[in-house]
Amino acid sequence: MKARIHVTLKNGVLDPQGKAIEHTLGSLGFEGVSQARQGKFIELDLEETDKAKAHEAVTAMCEKLLANTVIENYSIDLEQ
Amino acid sequence: MKAAVIVFPGSNCDRDIQVALRQSMGSEPQMVWHKDADFDSVDLICLPGGFSYGDYLRCGAMSAKSPVMKEVIARANKGVPVLGICNGFQILAESGLVPGALMRNAGLKFVCRDLHLKVERNDSIFTSGYATGQAIKIPVAHHDGNYFVDAEGLKAIEDKGQVAFRYCGADGTVTAENNPNGSLNNIAGVYNAKGNVLGMMPHPERLCEAALGGTDGKAMFESLVAALS
Amino acid sequence: MSEITPEIVAEHGLNKEEYALVLEIMGREPNLLELGIFSVMWSEHCSYKSSKKWLKTLPTEGPQVIMGPGENAGVIDIGEGYAAIFKMESHNHPSFIEPYQGAATGVGGILRDVFTMGARPIANVNALRFGAPDHPKTKHLVSGVVAGVGGYGNCVGVPTIAGEVEFDPSYNGNILVNAMTVGLARADRIFTAQASGVGNPVVYVGSKTGRDGIHGATMASAEFDDDSDEKRPTVQVGDPFTEKLLIEACLELMQTDTIVAIQDMGAAGLTSSSFEMASSGDMGVELELDQVPQREDGMTPYEMMLSESQERMLIILKPGKEHVAKAIMEKWDLDFAVIGTLTDSKRMVLKFHGEVVGDLPIKPLAHHSPEYDRPWVPTPDSKDVKPEDVKEAADTTAALKTLIGSPNMSSRRWVWEQYDHMVMGDTIQRPGGDAGVVRIHGTNRALAVTSDCTPRYCLANPVRGGAQAVAETYRNLTSVGAKPLAITDNMNFGNPERPEIMGQFVGCIEGMRDACLALDYPVVSGNVSLYNETNGKGIMPTPVIGGVGLLENADRLATVAFGAENETLVLVGESKGHLGRSVYMDVLEGKREGNAPLVDLVAERRNGEFIRSRIEAGLLTSCHDLSDGGLAAAVADMALASGMGATVTKPASSSVPTTAWLFGEDQGRYLVSVADADSFLAAAKQAGVPAEAIGRTGGQGLTLPGGSTISVTELRETNESWLPNYMAS
Repeated sequence: MKARIHVTLKNGVLDPQGKAIEHTLGSLGFEGVSQARQGKFIELDLEETDKAKAHEAVTAMCEKLLANTVIENYSIDLEQ
Repeated sequence: MKAAVIVFPGSNCDRDIQVALRQSMGSEPQMVWHKDADFDSVDLICLPGGFSYGDYLRCGAMSAKSPVMKEVIARANKGVPVLGICNGFQILAESGLVPGALMRNAGLKFVCRDLHLKVERNDSIFTSGYATGQAIKIPVAHHDGNYFVDAEGLKAIEDKGQVAFRYCGADGTVTAENNPNGSLNNIAGVYNAKGNVLGMMPHPERLCEAALGGTDGKAMFESLVAALS
Repeated sequence: MSEITPEIVAEHGLNKEEYALVLEIMGREPNLLELGIFSVMWSEHCSYKSSKKWLKTLPTEGPQVIMGPGENAGVIDIGEGYAAIFKMESHNHPSFIEPYQGAATGVGGILRDVFTMGARPIANVNALRFGAPDHPKTKHLVSGVVAGVGGYGNCVGVPTIAGEVEFDPSYNGNILVNAMTVGLARADRIFTAQASGVGNPVVYVGSKTGRDGIHGATMASAEFDDDSDEKRPTVQVGDPFTEKLLIEACLELMQTDTIVAIQDMGAAGLTSSSFEMASSGDMGVELELDQVPQREDGMTPYEMMLSESQERMLIILKPGKEHVAKAIMEKWDLDFAVIGTLTDSKRMVLKFHGEVVGDLPIKPLAHHSPEYDRPWVPTPDSKDVKPEDVKEAADTTAALKTLIGSPNMSSRRWVWEQYDHMVMGDTIQRPGGDAGVVRIHGTNRALAVTSDCTPRYCLANPVRGGAQAVAETYRNLTSVGAKPLAITDNMNFGNPERPEIMGQFVGCIEGMRDACLALDYPVVSGNVSLYNETNGKGIMPTPVIGGVGLLENADRLATVAFGAENETLVLVGESKGHLGRSVYMDVLEGKREGNAPLVDLVAERRNGEFIRSRIEAGLLTSCHDLSDGGLAAAVADMALASGMGATVTKPASSSVPTTAWLFGEDQGRYLVSVADADSFLAAAKQAGVPAEAIGRTGGQGLTLPGGSTISVTELRETNESWLPNYMAS
């Protein structure tokens, strides 16, 4: 099973990289862009075949290592 | 005083703090490789600066989960003093020993320069050699030193006096202009609730000798020697 | 049917004559793998085929030289049983295509050249040249290259203590990224690449091999065209974390008695490292390519032999020592594999899946590479600009302000604050001085390092420009109180197949040679980067010189900051007001004309020795060499460094027009401040060194003859603002 994890900064946490992206897009002439937020994308191959168990395992990975929950949120997509 | 310096793969200020400790202690600190969780009992544990695990994933994230950190956390919880500098601060924050997190600098660039820190209190084992409110010259060298904690957490550490240092001008005034990285309330270093763990982004070990440009870092190591010998 | 078509040969960068030589050496048609190996080994980058004839004329010997060119880096004796090991190398083309990774891997590569010889790297230096500030790519390239240099050097924990950044339209399509590393070793513990011992294991350590950088070495030797952006996939990605582990692991392994020879896998990766080791020991080698640690599935022998994956080393171990080396590599979480053995066949035999897939003779390939005596024409002389023909500045202070706020004279703080220049705890002169200085750890000795080149001089007059580049490093080292010991060179030029470009190369070498001989200042290592051209337009000739000097007593370090108020400023050296090719003419008059200034090498040496003797005796309170912008720029630098003003007065005896006197770029000069002017001037007279009192330190402002007064604060704002404003715009 493949797990795809998005780690993003929590709302309310200033994201200077996102701000820089937004600024540069604007200076390149892309208008109407706002709220750029930069995050991380992590892809894992899992031996586990049970979706619920896999979700539980990946959640633990996020809590323990992949995300810093002081500043970050995460979301998990699983695909057979 | 007996001290240990924990060396992670990618630590690169381990020798610098070893030298600073040696100069103040008059004896050798113990250098502990991160795979050796079972090290001697010491009076002070130091987590040095550098790029442990290449700063991959997040600065300090991997090191915070290493076997030696379990031991460091256990000892810190028993009251053993721990000093984390730069990457060491990031590791302390990732391991939960001090509150908050260190994010990418607001200017997005690595910043290496001398600046001033306001000593918030001198009733700690780390700062008894300074005066409260004193502005000391100490360099920073980091890419991710932008201190963040949520509003509730910020109020808590401010109320409990857990802020150790703030970025300031040479005269001690704390202004946005003197903030090198966007840290909330110009915070450069924080204590844990008990006050035996200090995490700070600036490098006191780099300015302990006039030939290197200043000696304001020396008083921190001398404070520790005085308190722990 | 032949596997090797003329198209395939051409794609490998070999011309007809070179391919004929391949056929002769092989005695048969090569297969694709073998052709690929010839192609990288005979690339300009690896074989120096256009430059060898001229490089051989440079002086490389002296009592201080332990190992000169030919090794991974040069080695010099710095006393007390220590050796300094250093080299500069270019990563120009990769940095243009992908600035962050190109610059980062440039730093990584030069670090490996130094620690492979047993030295702990203690200082990095970077000489960077970019296109015009208003060129659309420049800002992006500056930002990426500086971040890449910092990203790599900061992570491995080696301080970046000196360097240069220059802007000029000639670099619009070809930026220059020249990285230098200085390392420290025990003089009796130097490691080389010379293989020996039939049956000894060939060991691979470091990162796994991937498909990155295939044909990087041949790319570094090809001209750019408009399709260069498509060459992107060949740029390799650096991993400074692994490099840091590799440094520590290799230095630890070197403490054990296990290594016969060691070589990093740089350009042309496994191919050049194994060839160099076998050829320098006159050995053969057999490699089992299945054993090479691989990052990707299905890699072919061609890809493995030509990959430029970073952070890899090849080691010949003493027999039976594999377990010792393996344990150390495992401690540092690095890959370790025995991939072959040394033989006495003098051939390289490559095996894959049990079959021989390549079989090449080593010596003919490594030593009989083509060598060209490229036709060249000397650069025509430029008519000199006479000082009296240049109109006097209306206000010299205003002119100075314009100058120090211009792109090439403004402060580089924005750059060097992104580099950790203090890590390792021995930096006693940070960036911004004449040279960076680091102590030799645990001693009171120190090494001074600088990099210099004035390409506009080299363009006008390659011989003078080549000599000037060497002399300027000599002067910068002298200014901090260090005795200049030796240099490394990084020769950046256009297409050597054009006689006028080859003429620039030949001229610069001639000037460098003269200067090295006159100053007892040999070349111990170097690198050549040719074909820095886009659509037939070459860069200015840019022979960057990295100089290394020794301070026997670090306490005697001299700096550019004035020591105290009300001291005398003394100008040392002769001032004729040479304005040809000066920064003043370029920035204030918009003219790039005239001849380059002549370096009087006898005076250069005499003046340098005099300055060093005064510094050693503790008789100077500050010292700065005069270079771009002449006297006015030098006094401004000193005022900025100290936050103290000065008043400059032109001596009545000088017949040089004031503007030329202030901004002329005559060579071999220093500006110093002294407490006791009379005895200093008397000593100078006795030594036959021209010297005259030209002003006093003190106050809040800088006053120049023929000008108003400018406050040091305003001077600082002007000098500090251009680069950050430009990068933020």
